[in-house]
Order: sequence, then C-alpha cells, then structure tokens
Amino acid sequence: MRVPYAWLREYCDPGLSAADLAERLDLTGTELERIEAVGVPSADGFVVGRVLAAEQHPNADRLRVCTVDVGAGEPSTIVCGAPNVAAGQTVPVALPGATMPDGTTLGKAKLRGVESAGMILAEDELGLGDEHSGIVVLDDGPAAGTPLAELAAIADEALELEITPNRPDCLAVYGIAREVHAATGAALAPDPTEADAEPSGTDTATDHASVEIADPDICLRFTARVFEDVKVGPSPLWLRQRLIAAGQRPISNVVDITNYVMLLCGQPLHAFDLDAVRGSRIVVRRARDGETMTTLDDVERTFDASMALVCDAEGPSGIAGIMGGQVSEVSAATTRVLMEAATWVGPNVLKTSKALALRSEASTRFEKQLHPEQAIAAQRLAARLMVDLCGARLVPGTIDAYPDPLAPTVVTLGLDRLAGILGVRIDDVEVERILASLGFSSARDGDALAVTVPHWRDADVRREADLVEEIARMHGLDKLPTTLPARERAVGRLTHGQRLRRRLEDALRDRGMDEIVAWSFTAPATLAKLRLGDAPTLALANPLSEDHSVLRPLLLPGLLDAARHNAAHGAAGLALFESAHVYAPAGPLEAPAGSPAGATPAAERHHLAGLLTESAPATWRSPAGAADYFAAKGYAEALLAVAGLELAVEPLRDRPYLHPGRAAVALALAPGGAEPVEVGWIGELHPLVAGEWDLDGAAAFELDADRLAELTEGALATFDDVTGFPAVRQDIAVVTTADLPAARIAEVVRDAGGELLANVAVFDVYEGEQVGEGNRSLALALEFRAPDRTLTEDEVGERRVAIEGALAQIGGRLRG
Amino acid sequence: MSDAPARLQEIRVEAEAAIAAAGSAADLEQLRIAYLGRKAELTTMLRGIKDLPAEQRGPVGKGGNEVKRALEAQLAERVGALEAAELDERLRSDAVDVTLPGDPPQRPGHLHLITETRREIEDVFLGLGFAVAEGTEVEYDYYNFTALNHPPDHPARMLQDTFYLADEVLLRTHTSPMQIRAMELQEPPIYVIVPGKVYRRDHDATHTPMFHQIEGLAIDADITLADLQGVLLEFVRAIFGAEREIRLRPHYFPFTEPSVEVDVSCFKCGGNGYVADGSHCNLCKGSGWIEILGSGMVDPNVLGFVAGNGYDPAKVQGFAFGMGIERIAMLRHGVPDLRLFFDNDVRFLEQFGS
Repeated sequence: MRVPYAWLREYCDPGLSAADLAERLDLTGTELERIEAVGVPSADGFVVGRVLAAEQHPNADRLRVCTVDVGAGEPSTIVCGAPNVAAGQTVPVALPGATMPDGTTLGKAKLRGVESAGMILAEDELGLGDEHSGIVVLDDGPAAGTPLAELAAIADEALELEITPNRPDCLAVYGIAREVHAATGAALAPDPTEADAEPSGTDTATDHASVEIADPDICLRFTARVFEDVKVGPSPLWLRQRLIAAGQRPISNVVDITNYVMLLCGQPLHAFDLDAVRGSRIVVRRARDGETMTTLDDVERTFDASMALVCDAEGPSGIAGIMGGQVSEVSAATTRVLMEAATWVGPNVLKTSKALALRSEASTRFEKQLHPEQAIAAQRLAARLMVDLCGARLVPGTIDAYPDPLAPTVVTLGLDRLAGILGVRIDDVEVERILASLGFSSARDGDALAVTVPHWRDADVRREADLVEEIARMHGLDKLPTTLPARERAVGRLTHGQRLRRRLEDALRDRGMDEIVAWSFTAPATLAKLRLGDAPTLALANPLSEDHSVLRPLLLPGLLDAARHNAAHGAAGLALFESAHVYAPAGPLEAPAGSPAGATPAAERHHLAGLLTESAPATWRSPAGAADYFAAKGYAEALLAVAGLELAVEPLRDRPYLHPGRAAVALALAPGGAEPVEVGWIGELHPLVAGEWDLDGAAAFELDADRLAELTEGALATFDDVTGFPAVRQDIAVVTTADLPAARIAEVVRDAGGELLANVAVFDVYEGEQVGEGNRSLALALEFRAPDRTLTEDEVGERRVAIEGALAQIGGRLRG
Repeated sequence: MSDAPARLQEIRVEAEAAIAAAGSAADLEQLRIAYLGRKAELTTMLRGIKDLPAEQRGPVGKGGNEVKRALEAQLAERVGALEAAELDERLRSDAVDVTLPGDPPQRPGHLHLITETRREIEDVFLGLGFAVAEGTEVEYDYYNFTALNHPPDHPARMLQDTFYLADEVLLRTHTSPMQIRAMELQEPPIYVIVPGKVYRRDHDATHTPMFHQIEGLAIDADITLADLQGVLLEFVRAIFGAEREIRLRPHYFPFTEPSVEVDVSCFKCGGNGYVADGSHCNLCKGSGWIEILGSGMVDPNVLGFVAGNGYDPAKVQGFAFGMGIERIAMLRHGVPDLRLFFDNDVRFLEQFGS
C-alpha cells in the first residue's frame, strides 16, 4: 500500500517525519518497505499563474511568448512551447529559482532571443506522471500567485507499507490513519465516508435500474446508486495528484472517483455507463461454463461455473470483485452512471482471480473479505464527489440487495487469560484505552470484557487471541518481561538416527570429503544421462523449469553436477559427499479427507553419497591414485564401521550408471549374525556416464542412512574378553581359480576355522607364473583366540587342517 | 732365527704400521694374507714352535699368539672403520633435494556451511531442552496449510508460492507441517525443533527454490509470549554473541496469534546504526536491528486440529518460531549471496565446516 504522506496527514497528523512515523508503525505491525519522494523536491517557487496573453514567438514557429500574472505586480514574460497554452488560462508556473523534479534549478533563460522568467508546467514537470504533451490547465478560482502547494501536495513523500493479508482495512489511507491514531495518540479526523450527498429529483434509483443477487453464496451485499447529468472530464489537480502519488493513473473524473474512494476507505467501486447496462438490470450470478467477456484491459476472458459475474439483461458486464467489462465502460459520452459498491465473498474472489491469473486493486481487497457496511459507506463518499466533481444529480434512494445483514461481532476477552498469554498483566484501564483507540468498544463483565469489533476489523478479529494481539501490539512488545518456560519435563537430545547421521557426515569430512548441498530437483534428461530414463520418479505439476521438474531418486546426479562445475574451474582430485533426502513414488498422490494421521505422501529416505575423482593426490614423486572401486569401497567400509556394522558386497552387473565389472551392492552385517541387509551401492561410474559429465572417471557410493540407523537402533555393546589370553596369528596363502571371490574364500576359511578363528583378513593378492594360468593366490592373516585359555599348537594345527580340507572342497590349496 | 721373540716384535711393529697405513678394504685383505695367512712368517713361526728348544717354546708361543690377536683386532677395527667410511661415502652420493615438497597431509574435508550452522542451532536448543524432529519434504496440503490455519482459498496462501505434485500434495513451503505431525505423535508438553529443507516457487537474486529452515514449537500449560522472548534471547546470544538484544515487532502469520517478527541488535555496529568512522552501518542499514525470524503464540485454531491428542486450546498454549538457516549463516559469516550455498564450488565449501 502506497500512502502519500500529505494525504494521510489530512486525517491524522502525528507531527513526525515520514521516516519517524514509519519507525513507529513498524513497532505496531505495519512494516515499511520504503519511502519515496513524490512530485518536486520543494514547493518553493511553484505558484498559480494566469495567462494574460499568448503571442506567437517572433523567431520560432512552435513557441509562444506569454504574459503571465504570477501575483508579483508586473506580469512575467514566459516562453512556452505547449500547443494548448492560451490567454485566460489558469496554469501552474515555476518561477526562476524553483527546483525541478530532475533536481535542476530553474533560471532565467533566453529562448530564441526572448527572455523567459519561468516556466508554465506540464504534468511531468510537476513530478506528476509522465504526461508532457501540454501544460496543465487549472480550474479558475485560485488567485494568481497562490502557492501551488495550497492546491495539491506537489512536494511530498509516499510511504510504501507492507500490509499483511489479515488487514484489508489498512489497504486504505483512512485505515492507516486509524493505525497512526492508535499508535501515536494523534487526533483522528472524522471518517470521510460519514457524510452523504444531497440527492435531488422526485424519481428514485429503482425507477432507473434493478439489482438481483441470484446466488447469495458469492455476494453478501450489492448496493447501487444512480447519477444523471454526469459530465465526464478530467479530474482536478488535487485529485490527479493524489492518485498519482498513490501509484494510480488518472483516467476521468468518474473512474478517478471510484479509485480515490477505494484508496481512501478500502472499498472498491465500479461505475457502469447506465445506458450500456442492457435492460437496466443487474443480476449477480455464477458464470456458465465457457461463458466469455472482454474485460477493461481488452482481454477476452473465459469463465467456469465457480466464478461470480455481474450481468445485465443480456450477459456478463463485469467479473465480480475483479474487473469490469468493456460493454458498460464509462466513456466521455457517458451521462448516466450506475455506481456499484458490493461485498463479495473473499475466497471466491481469490479463487477466480488465481484461476484467471488476473489480480487487480479491487481483487486484492475483496479477496481478504470486506464487510458489507463498507459498501454503503463508500457510496456516501462517492456520491459527494460525483456531485462535486462531475456536476451529477444524485437520484434519490439506494438500491440495496443485502439478504442477510450481519450483526457486529462481540468477543469476550478474559483479563486473566490476557495476562496468562503475554506473561505480564496490563492495567485494565490501559486495555480499554487501547481497544477504544482502535475503534473497539468494550463493556466490563466481571473479570472479562465484552468487546464489540468495528466492522472494518470484522474479518480479522474473531477470537480472544486476536484481541490479545491487538492489545500486545499497541501496549508495546518492548514492555514484555523476558522469562524462560517453567518446565516440569525437559529432555533435549538427538535421536539415534540423528546422532548416527552426524557421525557418518563427520567420518566423511574427516576422511577429506567436502559436503555439498544440491537441488532436490533434477531433470528427466539428467536421469536419461544416468541411463535411468524409466525409473519411477515424482514430478512437479508446476516446475520452474524442465531442469527442475522431477524429484531426484538418488543423490548421484547432484554430486556429478558439482564435480563437473568444480572440474571446469580447474579443481582436481574432488572428493564430495551429500547427506539429503531422495524421493520415490509410494502409490497414488491422493490425500485422505481430513488428517492423514501421520501418513506420508511419498517414499522419502535420507541418503549419504560420495563421489571421488581420485583416491590420492598426485605429488612430484607419484601420480594421482585412481578413483577406483576400492577407493570408494574404503569409504563405505569406514561408514559402516562407524555405524557398528560390517560391509559385505555382492557383484552388481546391471546398474545402468555403474561399470558392470566394478560395482557392488553394499550389504550390512549386523553383529550377531543376522542376514545381510542391502544398504546401497559402491562402484566406478560407467565410462559413458562419466563422460556425460566431462569426467575422466569417478568412483562413488550411495548408502541409505535411514537403513543404517534402523539396523543399529538400540544396539548396545557388551563386553567381550579379548585381552585375557593371547591370540595366535598365522598367515596362509590360498591358491584357487581366479574367479572365486575373495569373500567366498574368507567365508570358507571362517566357517572351517570355527569359533576359535576370531578374524580373517585378506592382505595380499598374487596372480602369475608361480600359481599357474587362471589361478590366483590370496594371502590371509588368521587370528585364533579363545576367551578362556591359551590355545595350544595342536588346537591351532587341527583348525588349519580343517581349513585346508574345506578349501580343497572348493578347489583351493594352501601354497608354500 | 736365533732371537725369535725379538723377531715377533719386529713383525708386530712392521705390520701395525702397514695396517694403519692401509687405505682400503682390499689393502687390508692383502695385509691379512701377508701377516696372518698360511704362508706368513708369524704363522710359520707358530707352526714351528715344536721344533724350537724347550726354553723358547713358551715365550714364542705366547708372544706369537699375542701378536696374532693384536693384529687381528687391529685389522677388524680398520676394516670396520673403512666400511663405515665407504658407507657414508655411498650415502652422501645418495642425497635428496631436501627442499622438495613433503608428501601432502591427509586432505581436510568440510561440512557444508548449512550443515554446520544447522548443527550449531540444534545444539543451542538441545541445551534448552528441545528435541529434534524431522519430517518429510513431500507433504500433504493438510499439514502444510489447512491444519496450520490456512483454509483453502485463504489469502494467506498467497504469501507462499508453492510447488505442487498433485492437488493435495506439495513440497512443504516451511518446516511448520512438522508442528502438526509432532503434536499428533506426542501429547503435551512438547518442546521440539524441526530443521530441514523447504521449497518455494521463486528463483532470483534473493530467493532460491529450495532453502533450509529451523522451526521451533513449545506447548505446555502456561507458556507465555514472555517465555518466547526469553528462549529466543538465549538463542540469539548463543549464535550472535552474548552482548545481543532482541526486539519483537508485531506481524502476521496465519498459524500464530499474536504473531511477532524478531530482530537482533546489529552485531556489526552494536545496535548504534553507525560504525566507528561515523558512516551508516550497511548490515542493519542504519536501524541498529536485523530481522532474523518469525514467531508467535500458536493460534488456537492450530491446536484445535490436534485437540484430540491433548492440545485443547483452553488448556494448553505455547509458541512457535521459524528461521532461515541460510539467512543466519549469511549474517554470521558475511556471505553476500544466497546462491553461493548451492553452487557447491569447493572454493566456497572449503572456507567453512572443518
């Protein structure tokens, strides 16, 4: 809401600068966006002039030499280039020394040999809009020499205020004046909508037109007044200046009056050319599906059956509360006006305005729900202006369709409750004073107040809590004490999953990875580059762009994007990770009626993924370590170890974005020997996929952090005596065919070793002549231990024999 | 061979001089053969003892062995010394350029500034007795709007541009839906914060379609607006410094009543509005205050949606607040542009979170 300060001061003048007032309003809930200068920097040197003569300039076809009375004895000679200047006009004049809107100071100047002592002004030279085709012609009346500032606020400021959606009453200059009054105590001028115009004639409005509300669900009240003998023309300077200062473009007196009343009191109006209202009849009804009408902005709109229209006998004449139609637009030829002031149902206006993508000054007010009292109030103010400015005759009577008159809302405010919510007791007298300053009346009822809500606050103040807010904000939040909750119970701690996630993230950080935060959105094309074109995803109905149109089903693409970005900036040896949600459909996207009772619409999991483009940095004495499968696996092993789990893997041959020979499913083995659970994947990227991101190669892993937490929830370590008796360590070399997985060999050894074999670890791999073509030798470190005794050579020897036997069964033998 | 003992001494003197003068292991080997070898004079003398007169056998045998032992010891010592010298010689020729760089240390990794900031804020509230709850980001309209007192077609919904997946399914526009979910899961009293990603359909210099919030909710029998001020003052001082003050300004949020915006006194100018050289403080734009979060007393309508789980608005009350993590991080660390958080440029990432 843009509030010209001079206009505001007419109703409540706090005696503060605009900036100081804004600071004050900020503390009562009306936030300032900015203050802008309006008009010229200073009103000094701007006066009313009377053109006594306007002669052709001797040396220039397009200039006139004017003799202008500026109220200073001798008339001034002013050269003017405007085509419309003529003797007898009353005009605005800038005298030498005046500061123009562009900041320059006007001096005496010779124009083609004739000295000009000032300038007759066009609108733009008064800082009023951008009109420069001719000078402003004022109404006759003010004497020559009258300061122009007495006619209009030509040097002012406008406060651009942020009005929250609960306060449609503040989308009005007088509404802001009420706030200023309550916040500062400055006197408030009477409501400008109180006084009505004097009607004349013996006819009544109903002789000229009729109104029917066919659907009371869309319209609470429709009032109409009829004006005849209307003279459509430009508005006077003061009105044009106020509209422009408030950010509106003047059009004609009739239209300007509707806008002026809306800006002053918050109720939008619509003026119909009554002769263009077919059948002289207004019907408020819902549109028929597919019905069309061309609005004032020259766009043909198509409606559906939810939308409210103002129709005449033959069809739509306006969209209720949003915009009028061209069919009944007021024009220069209009002489009879039907003035509409209606009260529409806010949600319906909002819905229609959203559906049509058409917002207007009117709809932004109606959508927040105005009160029916405002409609008739606005009619009174508009009628006075129609009579005063358009010479109109107000036809007696108001057509008033108001099927269900609203009674004022009364809210009970418990004074104990007020203190209990704020944490401090405010004096009862102060409470009543605050309420009165805001236009609420209150009556004492024991420990409570029965508070009557003024109509302009009816949509916002419905409950006790709303009154608490009114009192708190006007009393001053700076007077609140500062306390902490008096608590009976207080346990603040992270859940197991949250704690684990922090540790996993820390582990990756401590191993040299940088955490990224990538968009949750991705592009179908990106998934296609991962060769996941047909993976099920969740798509946005209204994405900002195709690049951000689906929710990512895995974290990998964000890591790849980040790797490409950094590689392109010359960063080598990237090691990146992310910790975030991934998304997948979990059935149809339908909401239950009422509370979903904790259900979630999609399958969301918290993943932890990492990507590296090398495993060790290059130095002057060694090349960079390749980012291979084993480098990625090392990270995955570390993460599972942090969680207290052991990593197991199975070859993964068919994950489209991974190298088919260098990728694995990651499985978690919980201590205690439950079945391995899939927790993610590890692998080198498929070279084609790496190439899509301009990477020479990369290895990555992606684990389900939620699953790791689920697997370890409640896990409690119990004591295991591993220090009481010494372990026996032996190394063996096992020769098998090269295609037998190391994990399988270790498993056979572990099984055959039995309980005494505490640990098996692969520490070397050899392939070559000594073990024969197609074979491989694995070196294993064995650790035998018993919790209750020192093992004898015989016991260990026995287990070795068993291991040798078991290995023979899978075609293996011990070497050396 | 008349005076064998004297001859022994001559051999000893001669050999010792030769050994001392020898310059290489090979020379020493030659000397060993010459003086101690099978054909050496000393060896021959010792072998010939049995042929000597009885009275000479003792002195020659004893003296000869003594000389032999002395020469052997001297040889061994000289060989050792020469080998050590030769090793040093070889080592010196194997020198490296000690000024070349050492092996790189384990590279330091970094948490993202958003994670680092989120954890710090979480830790403050954990200390104040709040639990941490997290919700889903794909959310029902019911939790994101309706139960937070945003009825359908209510103008408050216009405050947030929303990404939809279907009619009633959307990406949460704030972390507030978890208020309702948390209250559905737990009877009062409840003290919880909710960190997480949120989404709004807006992308320009000061808005990103995804950002991070932390929500707070405290519901108990008698929580007051003054308590909200106290809790937020603790938070602000923990994050922005012990000297900070806060200021509440009335505002409007659909799910709180009264609603307030919270400002922290400017930590650049100390709340004066101007800096040491007298110029306007550019952080608080001269006002002395910086807006950091929105909050208020939970609207009774919101509690009404979970009244069945003990949240009867006539019996319990409390506060809620919400803040943007990026905004807090930008203010604290002087990050000038929101978009830096999501570029994932390592030159940015490596400045924080070690």
